[in-house]
Amino acid sequence: MFPSETSCWFIRKVIWWRAAASIAWSVLLLPPTTAVFVFLSKFSFLHPIQTISECLSLLMSSCLIFSFILLGGVVIMVGFLNLEYYTVIPTIACSKIALLGQLLHPRQVVSSVAHCLMGVIVGWCCAVTVGNRYKTLGCPCKSSDGVPQMGLNEYHLVFLLAGAFVGFSHSLLGVTHNINYVSFHAVQQYKYLHFKGSLPLVLKCSAIQAFYSIRNFAVAYFFLGYIPKTWICKTLNLHLDSSVHRLDSITGLVDLSLLYHLWISATFLLFTWYITLLLFRIFVTEVYSFPVQPTFTQDPHQCLPRVLTDQQPMILKFLALQDLALLSKHSPSRRGEVFSLSQPGGHPHNWNAVSRECLALLADLTQRLVAYHETVATNGRAKSLSSGSERKTSSDTSLTSCAEDLVSPRPTFLTKTPASVFARSFAGGPHSPLTAPFTPDLDSPFSSPTLRRFPGLVDQCSPWHGSVQSPHIMRRAPKLWSTSAESQVSSSPPRSPASVPSPKQEPTKPSFVAQFLQNRKEQLPEASSQALFADSQAHIWALEALSYLVQASFTEDQFGVVQTTLPSILSSMLHLQEAVDRHFKLPHASSKPVRSANSMEDFTYKTLRFALRATLKTAIYRITTTFGSHLNAVQMSAEHRKRLQQFLEFKE
Amino acid sequence: MCSLALFPPPLPSGQTTLCESNNELLSGANNSEARQDSSPLSLHFPRESLKLHSRTESSSKAAFLDHSETLWMRSAAAWRDGGFTGLLNEITTSHAEVPKWLSVTSGCILALLRWVSSFHGSLYPHVTLSSEDMIAEFSQVLNWSDCVVRAFAWHPHTDKFAVTLLDDSIKIYNPKSAISPTLKHRLQKNVAAVQWKPLCASALAVACQNCLLVWNVDPCSLSTRPSSGCAQVLSHPGHSPVTSIAWSPSGSLLVSASPLDTSMMVWDVAAESCVPLQRVGGGGVTFLSWSPDGSHILASTPSALFRVWETRMWTCERWPCIKGRCQSGCWSPDGSRLLFTVQGEMVIYALTFSGSPGVPPGLVKGPQIAVVVADLSETTFNSPDGDIIVGGEIQSLSWDPRGERLAVLLKGDPGAANRPAIIAVFKTRANPVFELLPWYGEPGAEPRLLQFHPNFQHGALLTVCWSSGKITHIPFYFLSSGVSQVGLSRSPPLPHQQERPADFSNQSLFTELIS
Repeated sequence: MFPSETSCWFIRKVIWWRAAASIAWSVLLLPPTTAVFVFLSKFSFLHPIQTISECLSLLMSSCLIFSFILLGGVVIMVGFLNLEYYTVIPTIACSKIALLGQLLHPRQVVSSVAHCLMGVIVGWCCAVTVGNRYKTLGCPCKSSDGVPQMGLNEYHLVFLLAGAFVGFSHSLLGVTHNINYVSFHAVQQYKYLHFKGSLPLVLKCSAIQAFYSIRNFAVAYFFLGYIPKTWICKTLNLHLDSSVHRLDSITGLVDLSLLYHLWISATFLLFTWYITLLLFRIFVTEVYSFPVQPTFTQDPHQCLPRVLTDQQPMILKFLALQDLALLSKHSPSRRGEVFSLSQPGGHPHNWNAVSRECLALLADLTQRLVAYHETVATNGRAKSLSSGSERKTSSDTSLTSCAEDLVSPRPTFLTKTPASVFARSFAGGPHSPLTAPFTPDLDSPFSSPTLRRFPGLVDQCSPWHGSVQSPHIMRRAPKLWSTSAESQVSSSPPRSPASVPSPKQEPTKPSFVAQFLQNRKEQLPEASSQALFADSQAHIWALEALSYLVQASFTEDQFGVVQTTLPSILSSMLHLQEAVDRHFKLPHASSKPVRSANSMEDFTYKTLRFALRATLKTAIYRITTTFGSHLNAVQMSAEHRKRLQQFLEFKE
Repeated sequence: MCSLALFPPPLPSGQTTLCESNNELLSGANNSEARQDSSPLSLHFPRESLKLHSRTESSSKAAFLDHSETLWMRSAAAWRDGGFTGLLNEITTSHAEVPKWLSVTSGCILALLRWVSSFHGSLYPHVTLSSEDMIAEFSQVLNWSDCVVRAFAWHPHTDKFAVTLLDDSIKIYNPKSAISPTLKHRLQKNVAAVQWKPLCASALAVACQNCLLVWNVDPCSLSTRPSSGCAQVLSHPGHSPVTSIAWSPSGSLLVSASPLDTSMMVWDVAAESCVPLQRVGGGGVTFLSWSPDGSHILASTPSALFRVWETRMWTCERWPCIKGRCQSGCWSPDGSRLLFTVQGEMVIYALTFSGSPGVPPGLVKGPQIAVVVADLSETTFNSPDGDIIVGGEIQSLSWDPRGERLAVLLKGDPGAANRPAIIAVFKTRANPVFELLPWYGEPGAEPRLLQFHPNFQHGALLTVCWSSGKITHIPFYFLSSGVSQVGLSRSPPLPHQQERPADFSNQSLFTELIS
């Protein structure tokens, strides 16, 4: 609808500046952090004065200033990666295979390699800063026959490898914990106070994660340490000093001072990165106030009603919705602009645009929930996928529908291949257009009952398979599902239906790998429910904005512009309420996620569905308590009126 | 300013106030049987009927702990139960099994810790209290630990209420249904406060000793004992005991406070996430009260300091008091005035906030000084039974949702017979000038807790919980002098009161559209 330059406008003028500001602050915070790190790494109980003087002289030294420059570069790089990879809608892997796919995605591999390299750089800086035995990679040593030569300083190497390991594990954990997800807080705070409040948590998280990373690193180095060591020795033509302890042994690794320095360095590394991330999150999610009506100096594209309808970039849409929700709550003057009429013509363009967009969001979610529920509730009772009309009939699983399907070209294969195999491999084909983007792994047969689309056929055409309805039974019978595993693995998600009945789907012998993969493809519980509500923050704001605006319209709307849309607002909210209620009756939908406090992971996306449910109810109550019995004058269906009466009597 | 000297003398014993009608209070003989029949919501919980806990958990633990466990097991258990100090304590006490240097070291560390905490305690005396004493100290209920009814909450929109009893159970009464569900939960101990979520039919937040519980009581359910699965548990390390909670009037957020935690928690209940808002001074937060328009929160601390938070960007104003901590406070319906009382003083102060929610927070000018609006110093009344002294320190304040009646619970002196705890009711007039008119002082058995009904149609309805376990409701019938709320009879106190023009009645809704 809009040229791409308008969406670029926001990224260019706002998001980049916010990212730049956050990176600048993280670079500015680097010197004090480094000073604390130097102090902690040099500290000794016995010589406190000496420690301080040593630290001071070190902080002035040229090598530390060079380290600063390097660290600053690393922080800027981390900031750029944050800007490049951040997302406001989390990607939720519905199965372990999908998670693996995310990890091996080229984009992610690039990020992991970059983090690894930056880890090495930070490791080098730490080694140089701590000094003493860690300082250089080469050290003079004597060979067995007494000739002086350059030997490998294993301590230094350990620091570099630890840095790489911590960086790599940070990036991997980032994928599983959705660390790139930027959530919006319900509580608005000034940036400084927000940062101050989160600082202890960041410190705790980085210390704990550094501890676990170093533990894992020690184990990995114990078993695999000789590989990088010999490689380095060969390429740099260094010699191993046989007179000192090898570090990939038990005695070498149980060196408290080494472990302490490694832990402190890893904490320092993670802390600087987390601070960058935290600052980025705080700056990006800051409220941006869009003008409601264009003034002469402003581009009309930058106004709230126009910006709301943009689909891309997502951050723009989210910030616009956040601003809308806040203005509807707090700002009577801006609400007045929303309710105002256009000057020549007298049309409520602003309100129309705002309400249309919010209602479209709600309708979209309702439709998504209904589609999901239909596929799940039929519990594998299939629907034909090729056309809408067939879908309807076959879902009724009547004999006639079966006959209809038999007429279509596909079922000829049914008679030859075992029906279950066919059904499942076929299910890997087309997505239902609505659910597909939100439940990424719909194509796996066990991922959700969405997929077994053909049991109707199975039922009637081959009674032998009549019992293969429930996923539990299917799992119990390995023969039935393992046969199809190969075709599952080989099939890429967006296959066309035509490619399905290919000869390679003949039953083959179950292989161990196939079985293993199949097991991994089983759904993580409640993940599909999470995925369904992944972008619900937008819906929450839309609900809040609508309900507050309607509440305010009771007294502030002078031209009655809201009254025209009140019936549709109420009906779409009640529709959504119905769909949400039905969704929460599904298994796993109402189970609470496990949360741990010691991680930078943002848990908000896991509980968005609960937040949406609560906001929806509150929104309806807000309207019913404001309007009271006046709502009886609003036209709506009998069913909705009954539901609304329940709300009016506070019985929901 | 007014004082108790202007009040009519209190009633003779045996008489209680029944209601206010035609601008005067009617009293009658204290015949509880007859009144029990007349009003279904007047309840009586005799102390004997409650099954009380005979022993606390720690005492039963000592009886069952198997001392033949290994040192490792005991240390792990001590770490789990008592944290670091528990572990040190365990090591120090079992000196026969551990090396001498270890037990000596842990003993030294323990002594050091105790010394530091005693220093902390001398700075903030309340941290040395046990959590039960602390709740009793900071609760709005008079003499909380001995109270049969420990907490009470009207639902903000309907005629139901929740009552917390001495045995830590919560009962919900609704005049429209015969079922009164009883809520019990393993973690529901020493309940300090309960509050219903606004704009919701079912959610009830409960402040317990170690956590917050949010019950979801389905109003249509026929079950009398909802399972503990209906309760969400919200806890945060270090945030206990919870002595006060407050829902935002828009129903979206819940704040909780603990005297041992310097940060106040803002909970997003559905997502079970919290944002700690920390300000170090004061040593904790004891009492919270959210203004009805949602723009400010009063947060008092155990020291002579309280804060008023602004809820848009969550910044706060510090208000140091001279004498003691802020004991209680309440907001006027439009959120523009705050009345509060200070421990050790016998007056009610008022603060006026002029900032409306629409103004950017930087421009909001807070009040400069608090003014004294009522003097409640001790006054002697002559009565047939002898002199009665009324007045003194104030336990809690409650303002009716229309802003016309203010009920004040005076502590009295439990030792002296002629100084009973008493409720004084003021008529208040907020516009054009704020003033308090004395109305009535009411003696009784021992009032412990008071709360106004949030939307009583004919004036105000004051609910009083008595020391005997009785709950009575005293209606005040009057015509509101302020805004006439046509068509809003069942609505909650609406937010944005200041922005809305006062003539609801002139608006016609749903006019026919002519296009």
